[in-house]
Amino acid sequence: MCLIPENLKYTATHEWVEELEDGRVKIGLTDYAQKELSDIVYVNLPEVEDEFEAGSEMADVESVKAVSTIYCPVSGKVAEINEELYDAPEKVNEAPYEAWLVILEDVSMTDGLLDNYEYAKVIEEEKD
Amino acid sequence: MGTFVPGTSAEQDQMLREAGYKNFDSLFADVPEEVRMKDLPEIPSGKSEMETYEDLRGIASRNKVYRTILRGAGAYDHYIPSIVDRIASKETLVTAYTPYQAEMSQGVLQQIFEYQSMICALTGMDVSNASVYDGATAAAEGVMMCLERKRNKILVSGCIDPRIISVIRTYAHGRGAEIEIIPEREGRTDLEQLGTLADSETAAVLLAQPNYFGIIEEAEEAGYIIHAAGAKFVLYCEPISLGLLKTPAALGADIAVGEGQPLGIPLSFGGPFLGYMASKAALMRKLPGRIVGETTDSSGRRAFALTLQAREQHIRREKASSNICSNEALCTLRAAVYMSAVGPQGLREVAVQCSSKAHYLAKKLAEAGLNLAYEKPFFCEFVTEGEKSGEILEALSNNGILGGLSLENGRILWCATEKCIAAELDRAAEIVKEVLR
Amino acid sequence: MKLLNEESVKGRSLSLIGKCDVEEYIPYSRFLRDEVPELPQVSEVTLSRHFSALERRSHGVNNGFYPLGSCTMKYNPAVDEEIAAFEGFTGAHPLQDDSEVQGSLQVIKDLEDRLSAITGMDAFTLQPAAGAHGEFTGLLMIKAYLESIGETERNKIIVPDSAHGTNPASAAMAGFNIVNVPSGPDGCVDLEALRQAVGSDVAGLMLTNPNTVGLFDKNILEITRIIHEAGGLCYYDGANLNAVMGIVRPGDMGFDVMHLNLHKTFAAPHGGGGPGSGPVGCKEFLAEFLPGSHVEEKDGALVRVRPAKSIGDMRSFDGNFLVAVKALSYIWMLGAEGVKEASQNAVLNANYMRVKLSDIYTPAYDTTCMHEFVLNLQKLKAETGCSALDAAKGLIDYGIHPPTMYFPLIVHEALMIEPTETETKETLDEAINALREIYDKAYNDPEYLKEAPHSTVIGRPDEVAAARHPIVHW
Repeated sequence: MCLIPENLKYTATHEWVEELEDGRVKIGLTDYAQKELSDIVYVNLPEVEDEFEAGSEMADVESVKAVSTIYCPVSGKVAEINEELYDAPEKVNEAPYEAWLVILEDVSMTDGLLDNYEYAKVIEEEKD
Repeated sequence: MGTFVPGTSAEQDQMLREAGYKNFDSLFADVPEEVRMKDLPEIPSGKSEMETYEDLRGIASRNKVYRTILRGAGAYDHYIPSIVDRIASKETLVTAYTPYQAEMSQGVLQQIFEYQSMICALTGMDVSNASVYDGATAAAEGVMMCLERKRNKILVSGCIDPRIISVIRTYAHGRGAEIEIIPEREGRTDLEQLGTLADSETAAVLLAQPNYFGIIEEAEEAGYIIHAAGAKFVLYCEPISLGLLKTPAALGADIAVGEGQPLGIPLSFGGPFLGYMASKAALMRKLPGRIVGETTDSSGRRAFALTLQAREQHIRREKASSNICSNEALCTLRAAVYMSAVGPQGLREVAVQCSSKAHYLAKKLAEAGLNLAYEKPFFCEFVTEGEKSGEILEALSNNGILGGLSLENGRILWCATEKCIAAELDRAAEIVKEVLR
Repeated sequence: MKLLNEESVKGRSLSLIGKCDVEEYIPYSRFLRDEVPELPQVSEVTLSRHFSALERRSHGVNNGFYPLGSCTMKYNPAVDEEIAAFEGFTGAHPLQDDSEVQGSLQVIKDLEDRLSAITGMDAFTLQPAAGAHGEFTGLLMIKAYLESIGETERNKIIVPDSAHGTNPASAAMAGFNIVNVPSGPDGCVDLEALRQAVGSDVAGLMLTNPNTVGLFDKNILEITRIIHEAGGLCYYDGANLNAVMGIVRPGDMGFDVMHLNLHKTFAAPHGGGGPGSGPVGCKEFLAEFLPGSHVEEKDGALVRVRPAKSIGDMRSFDGNFLVAVKALSYIWMLGAEGVKEASQNAVLNANYMRVKLSDIYTPAYDTTCMHEFVLNLQKLKAETGCSALDAAKGLIDYGIHPPTMYFPLIVHEALMIEPTETETKETLDEAINALREIYDKAYNDPEYLKEAPHSTVIGRPDEVAAARHPIVHW
């Protein structure tokens, strides 16, 4: 059973998006994604001020025998990165909705995001 | 004819039958008829082991092997302790594959871990990989791993072995990186020019310590200039000299690379050699090649395993920073045995003798009429200038001495190691004197 | 067991070089390091025993069967090692004049000629130090060729989805974009998908044949034709040449440039990961782009000549020369009949094992294989919980090195078995029995198998901890 909090938005590529009050967004990996990836050993984050288009490759996470790309769910500029993950990548496994990866500012292109029901459907389809 | 197929023809027939095939041809039915070879390849018939041994011994004897070698320039004639050959011939270590199966490869893994530890001790760096092909490819990989989206330029000292520069150019052409050469000034990298060239688009700057001309660079100062531009400092260091000279870490380098051949590996007409690569911790995830790490097994025992594999081509594929797979593992064994056989004081002693003998040779050559091209501190190589370089080298060769390497304009790059005895250095100087008389 | 550094005692040392017979003279004190490096301080007997212990904790071809798919772990002849240790070879400086190293140049020329005859190529370089290095070389030659005819817009390299990771990684290093083409249900290149992938932007194709699932792609002539008609070049990854020496030549299959692995096909040992050697061969029209120097005969002597439009140098000097010596010695011994016999028996041994296992294990492709075959253990995993990894680790307890696991990526729960031609029928039968027992074990005592191996100095290592918090030196 995977957690899909209802206050967040999602992508079909398994990122979650939290819209902050100041207009910025927080991005992380979903519970489903961290379970699929199993033990995450490293998170490669972008640099502050890097700019991304929605759907472009933003970061990647490594498990022992695999590497998975993280796509930017929206367009925007990196305001902060969660440097704590460099030394403790296991937090993505332990608490996927707390272990955010980046905070973006100057955000646009948020239309394509999924709500929790739509995302649950994506997971169901992937399991088949 | 020689063969290493153990099956008798009766066994082969039986196996073909049991596998459901009439003959060998039927195993290759998928190979289109039109390209299937009608005849054997056009190479001679097989020879016995004895013939092969004798004939290749004959061919080997056509190489001239010198007792006294005063030529370095990237390949150095050092004494190799007997224990190095003994250990590097151990059949299991020679014939094992890459240690992907940790449970049955603890020996190879621990050996590589020990090699990494020694490279870290030598260079002062935090992490070493399990080797790349040679010094030149280590230099090329070292600068390439620093490329960033906004930094695509690499500065290379003009005082580096031209063969290394050639390899870097080849690698850079692939990635589309820009290479600029920092001019030489009186035998050293021109740091003023470095200051002008290094900018916000510079990814890495490569210097050699000592440089191609044997001269010790003002590397620490270079490091400040490089870091002020926000670039990475890659330092190519001769490993024996590190028994004596400041470590690349102490000089501010971010990455140390070099040719490990002087550490117990014979000249071998240029290969196999050993490219070593080490870096500061911050660059660990960008370092190419295999890395062995220490961990524990299921019952808590110390264990070694290949680690950080998600950097590598077999997982990251086209996004890997390098394609390297096979490396020079058996040469890391030679280097590790060498370094532990000589030990810290022994390595220092080898370095002291190399340097002392090179200075002795330089003095004797000056007395013979060949003067130093640069008045700068040098380690075990130096450049002379003067007349008749061709005749000098020929006369030395006729007397069983491999002289220095001829550079342009009558200059010669000389080298002395701990193996050169004083009497031979005297004799070499006498021969030079005779030619110049 | 202890690390050498943990066996170190301050003041211990070997007596190796004599006293300096010239005045000690180090006139550059401000450049000196403060302390000597922290290397082990040990006696010679400690070294001898330490490395003997490390040897015992390893597995080589001399210890037992090594059916590691795509790695060609054949027996490495003893005489090759002795020949490569001749002083004439080990004592030659790479920067000696050509006239003084005629022996080395003869080795290079003779090996290049024989590799050309075996592969159907026109010219070779021995400079690349390994297979991946050879791939990079060949791709840079393709790039240089396309630049020379003004076709710089060709920037795509086509790679099958079953390819070894070095293929796309090498193509990226050479500055190409990678296009993956899917394999069909038969494990071979999907011709329709290939036709759709080619166009005026295609630089070339990289392919092994036999491919990475161990099958000979019978459409090979059509594949290379499609690429050539689109204006691209064909690169042959020689990793699997051991199946087809004396049977078919890459040069005749339509390939323009290729590499070989002397440390696989030509019996040079792997050394725990290297040194290898990855000679690159090409057709005449690409020869002027070869890196390094080419050995030619001139006035009765051999000389090194730089090809006219050389891509430059891939490394210093002329390659891993001693590995080339071993390969030449091996080819001399085998000769024309021997290389063919080697390939025939490599293929026979693989098919013998495949057939003897296929009643219980599922071959990924149930057809004649070449020198290796792939088993798909999905059914075993679904029914017992034991994975390909567990089965592979189980083999260790029989003194057999595990096959390649989880490769190629297009087969799930894959075990890739390459017996090579140098194994006896008894060895193959023992391995077949071991795999059958493991199969039974998976059903009878899966927990035992999941904890395998049981006979080694360590159990399964914690690779997650190793990667999360790396300890990479003493």
